[in-house]
Formats: sequence, C-alpha cells, structure tokens
Amino acid sequence: MAGIGDAHLRTADETLLRVENLVVEFKSGRGQVVHAVTDISIDVKEGETLGLVGESGCGKSTTGKAIMQLPSPTSGQVLFDGQDLASLEGKDLRNLRTRLQMIFQDPISSLNPRRKVEDIISEGLDIWKVGTKAERAAKVDEMLLTVGLDPDVARGRRPHQFSGGQCQRISIARAVITEPRLIVCDEPVSALDVSVQAQILNLLEDMKSRYGLTLIFIAHDLAVVKNISDRVAVMYLGRLCEVGDPDLLYRQPAHPYTSALLSAIPVPDPSVRPDARETLAGEIPSPLSPPSGCRFRTRCPRADQQCTDEVPVMAQVGTEDHYVACHHPLLPEDTPTPVAISGAMA
Amino acid sequence: MNDQAALLEVADLHTSFRSDRGTVRAVRGVDLSLPRGRTIGVVGESGSGKSVLSRSIMGLVPGNATRTGSVRFDGTEILNAPPKTMRSYWGDQMSMVFQDPMTALNPVLRVEHQITESLHEHLDLSKQQGKETALALLTSVGIPEPARRLRMYPHEMSGGMRQRIMIAIALACGPRMLFADEPTTALDVTVQAQILDLLQDLQRDRQMAMILVTHDLGVVAGRAHDIAVMYAGQVVEHASASSLFAAVRHPYTEALLESIPKLEMAKHTRLEAIGGRPPDLVNLPGGCKFAARCRYAQERCSTEEPELVADPHDPTHLVRCHFPVGTSSEVPRHEALVDQALDVPEAVSAELPQPTVENHEDPGPGSASDEGAN
Repeated sequence: MAGIGDAHLRTADETLLRVENLVVEFKSGRGQVVHAVTDISIDVKEGETLGLVGESGCGKSTTGKAIMQLPSPTSGQVLFDGQDLASLEGKDLRNLRTRLQMIFQDPISSLNPRRKVEDIISEGLDIWKVGTKAERAAKVDEMLLTVGLDPDVARGRRPHQFSGGQCQRISIARAVITEPRLIVCDEPVSALDVSVQAQILNLLEDMKSRYGLTLIFIAHDLAVVKNISDRVAVMYLGRLCEVGDPDLLYRQPAHPYTSALLSAIPVPDPSVRPDARETLAGEIPSPLSPPSGCRFRTRCPRADQQCTDEVPVMAQVGTEDHYVACHHPLLPEDTPTPVAISGAMA
Repeated sequence: MNDQAALLEVADLHTSFRSDRGTVRAVRGVDLSLPRGRTIGVVGESGSGKSVLSRSIMGLVPGNATRTGSVRFDGTEILNAPPKTMRSYWGDQMSMVFQDPMTALNPVLRVEHQITESLHEHLDLSKQQGKETALALLTSVGIPEPARRLRMYPHEMSGGMRQRIMIAIALACGPRMLFADEPTTALDVTVQAQILDLLQDLQRDRQMAMILVTHDLGVVAGRAHDIAVMYAGQVVEHASASSLFAAVRHPYTEALLESIPKLEMAKHTRLEAIGGRPPDLVNLPGGCKFAARCRYAQERCSTEEPELVADPHDPTHLVRCHFPVGTSSEVPRHEALVDQALDVPEAVSAELPQPTVENHEDPGPGSASDEGAN
C-alpha cells in the first residue's frame, strides 16, 4: 500500500491544486524520525471534492495541514493555481492563505471561547481590512444566515452558548467569509451525532455549490466520504493506496486495505452478522519505522516477498478513474466478498 | 419482556438534576428488564438521557441528582443504596466501560496498578496472584505482549489498546452486568469493529448482561438482542433488534436511520437530516416531545403525550407514538419541511444553551444537538 507514482494525476492545467511527492517528517526524541507522509502525489480540480480517508495515524490530517503550509512540508511541491506554496514565504504566503481555509474537527475547541461570534467570523476580513466596518458587519450577518443561524441572536454570543453542530456552522461561516477557493475540512463531522452530521454534510454541499468551492474532505468514515466526494483517496501509514471515483472504488475496491475498511463499517441491519464479516486485525505500525516495501504488508493476507522488497507503484484499474498501488490487487473475479484479512498486531 | 428471570429490573426510573435554570429532567420513567447473557442497545442523540440512564442504574450520579423509581439487581433493590453498599457492587457485580479511554484511565499509574486495584478490593489475592490474573485478562482482551504492557502508562498506547485496557479493568472481577457507554465513539472504524467483536465475545463467554449505549444504530444492529431508542429522557421504541429493523415504528427511529450516510447511496445523495433539535429538558413541551421535529405530527401530538404501548401486531414491540410509522393516512408534513432554502434559517438558532446533561459528565465527541435549517 505503500504506493508511490503519479499515474492517477490529471494534467496540470485541469487542476486547482496539485501536490507532488509530498513528504512530511517530524523529529522525534533520540534521533528518530516520524515518517508522517511519505511521497504522496494528489490533485484536485476546481469545484471538485476530494475525500481523503484512512485510520488514525495514516497521515491524512498531516497532508491537509502540509497543503496549508501548517507547517510547510519537508519536501515536495504544493502547486495551487500554478504557484508553488512551499516556496512562498512571509507576505506572499500570507496573501495566498486567504484563498485557502480550514475547518477543524472539534468545533468547540477550534473557536476562541472568549470572543463573540461576530468577531470570530469577521477576523479574516478585519485583518485584511476588507471594506468598511459596516460592510464587514453586513457580511458577517449574511454568512450567519447562510449557515442557518439567526444573526440577531448569534452575533453577540460566545461559542459555549452553542451546541457542537452550531459551532461547526460558525466554523464554516468563518472559513467561507474570506471567499477562499479551497477549503480543507479536517474531520468536520467526526465529533457530531449522526443526525447533526447529516445537517452539516448537507450544509457543506450547499455552501460548495453556492460559493463555487473546492474541498478536501478528510475523514475516517468511508460512508461519509463517499457521500460528499467526487474523488476518493485512501491512505495508509503515510502513503496512498487507492484513488478513484467513489462509485467505482466502493463497488469494486482493488486494494485489500480499502476492502477491509469497507467491511468494518457498521451496517444498520441485524441480518448482517458483524462477527461473520472479516475485520482488520492488529493496528497500524509505528510511523517511526514503517515496514519496507508495501507498508500494509504486515496486515495484508496477500503479502509475499515482493511486497517486502518493492514499493508498489500506482497503476490504473480498468479504463476508468480508478488507480491502485498494490502488487496483488483484488480483481473483479476474485472478490465476491471482502477478503479475509489477518495479520500481526502492531 | 422476558420470561427468564431478569438480572436487572428497572421500573419507572426518573433522574433529575438541580441546576441554576431549574430542574433538568434527564431520565423520565424508564422500564427495562435484562436477563443474563443478553445485550440491550440503548440508542439516542446527545442529551437523550442514554448515558444518564446507565449511570443512574449504577449509582454513578453527582450530588445534585435525584433518582426515584426502582432498580433491582438480582432481586435486591439498589436504587439510592448508600455508597458503601454500592462499592460492593461496582467492579464485582457490575462495571462500566467508558467512552473516552484517555480520560477514563489514570495517566500517572501503570496499567498493572489500574487493573489489579479492583482485584485487591474485592478478591483476596496475593500480589503475585493479582499480577497473574492481570496478565490473563490482558491476554483475553487481545493485547499482545501483555507482560510488557502491564508496565506501561496509558499514554504509551494507542486508543484501541487503551480501550482494551478499559475492558480488562471492567471485567477484572467477573461482573455479571456490563455497561458499555459509547465504547467505540472515540475510535477508528477498523478498531471499532475489533472492540465491538471483543465485547460481544466476552459477553457471550461470560454470560454477562450488557447495556450497550451508543448514538449509532449501525453499532447495535446485529450486536444487541434488544434495542431501546431514547428521546428526551424516555424510551420511545423498544423491541428485539430483528423486529425493530424489520419494521421501525417510531418516526424518530426512522429519522435516525435515514440520517446515516449509506455506502450504497450514489455520491452526493442529499441526506435526510432531522430538522430542529431535542427539547430543553428544563422546560419540556406538552404532548409528544418529538412532535416539533416529526414529519408525521398532527394536532393531537402537541397536546396529548403518548404512552409506551405494544404494537397490535407484535406485543413485544413497544412504541410511544400516536401515529406510528405506517399507520398514518395523512400526507406527511415532511414534504413541507424538507429542502428549506438556505436563506430561510429557523430563527430558533440560538436560544439558551441546551442543558445537555451529559456534557459535564462525558465531554467527549458527540457533544451536541443542533438546530434545524437542513
């Protein structure tokens, strides 16, 4: 799974964001290095939603943050509208950041508890001195209305006076008000109840079409990602496994890891015995010393010597928008049901 | 609901909390009966009273709580029993797996100490026996290298491993009753499947009675024998899992199911979100508490509170609704509620903060309710 290569990238002039050979490493104690993201290439077209999925520790959030240059990646290029973000510094980077925004996982802790909602939302405009004060206040009211909050009630309140779902609406308003082109949504619904989650997902879709946004949607829930995405990328331990159109990728996962992830989703149907399905054993290995070759091999039933020796390269599956990095991908004829996956514990 | 002698019998349990705003009525008249070897799934949104219910049964409520009704464990009334009596039940007879394994474990004590604490409290074991029991427990919950893990601190382990430790602690004295309060909400989907499988296996092997509390109907389907759906402190639907999923009767349960994104949906399918938010538990409205958000609501619903009654076709399927799903001939009001334009938000947005009673107890994920405007 440890996939490299760029077969899945589209031509540069089609894409708004193009990430090439992104590497993010952090220094750990005793001279060790955390290999959070290792050689990832991915692109997003204007108006598209890219879903980035994987377990905790797969590097999906780190990828999102590296795109935002928070912090800048260790190496690799992040081309936004043809400009390499990684080479920008200081003022240029600050200017460009208004075009990129982020929505975080925990709606309550990502809002400053001591500030009023109107100040939180207008901060981006205040910093850039967009329009007059009155114009900015009008813009804030408009954003509050758009995300489904009553400006007269919400404006002067502080985050603790709102529920989690409402706080996430405020976060969305804050992100959209600077008129960004790309928003990185880092698990925006993971902390919410299912009923509220549905409201926020619908709101994100509405905002996207209304403001012509391009989204990178990071989540660990495959069903949520499928619902909102035009293209899905599955990550494991800092590398890409599989990229493709969600309808294709979910119907016929080619990577054993994607297949295992799909089978782990709880289904609201008691006739599907959960214990009869195969679940992924073990845990994700340490990013301090990731396995050689394919990084999924320690948990993969199909792993052999080749997987230990060679890093698999991204290759197209069939003729449509579906790419996999695996030496032994699941082909249509041998996957009536998700494969049995067993493996050593981390 | 069962002929077998029940291990746990809860009758008309009410729990309320004094607060500055008035009395928060978190649990309002819940009846449950649970024999050994059976699992009941308690499902609801944040603030539905599902966590308060299990804590009320166990007696783990703060000082400002008032409980009335009856909780009988193995024939003995334990509601409002003094803490000293309850101590002999906790761990030994009944125990709980909490939602957030990071905050529920003590960060400054080694795992070994935390597992053996209840062993030494309830069983007369030597230090060596305690250690051996702890090793066996870690093995039984699927932790590799148990001897090494015993020497570790919680922060040295992953979320899934910590939740396994929590389960080992809960099972240490061989309780007959296990409460699992959102045991997998903080975990990844693959780890969630592992932990749920583990709980199910242990429950079966040890013939424990288990209450599995969750906000996700997908989690309890296929893992619980019975399901109780809670809303505003009451059980609104109670049935065997197969009967519930075969024919959902309460509009709230139906709406909860519809709001789950499903894999078989095409991409960009608009989700059926439940508009509105749960009622304020201090000032509860009259009539059916779900009426304001219900797609089938009619006049009668806002004036007359429905009782929890058996379905005419299935006496074990209880539902609290005047017009259960499939019985109303009226055109669903739903049509008018769906697709409210973005520009027309409900003006209810920010009333007083919701008294999500659970918040001060488990400030983990899944904190909140939300207002409507689809």
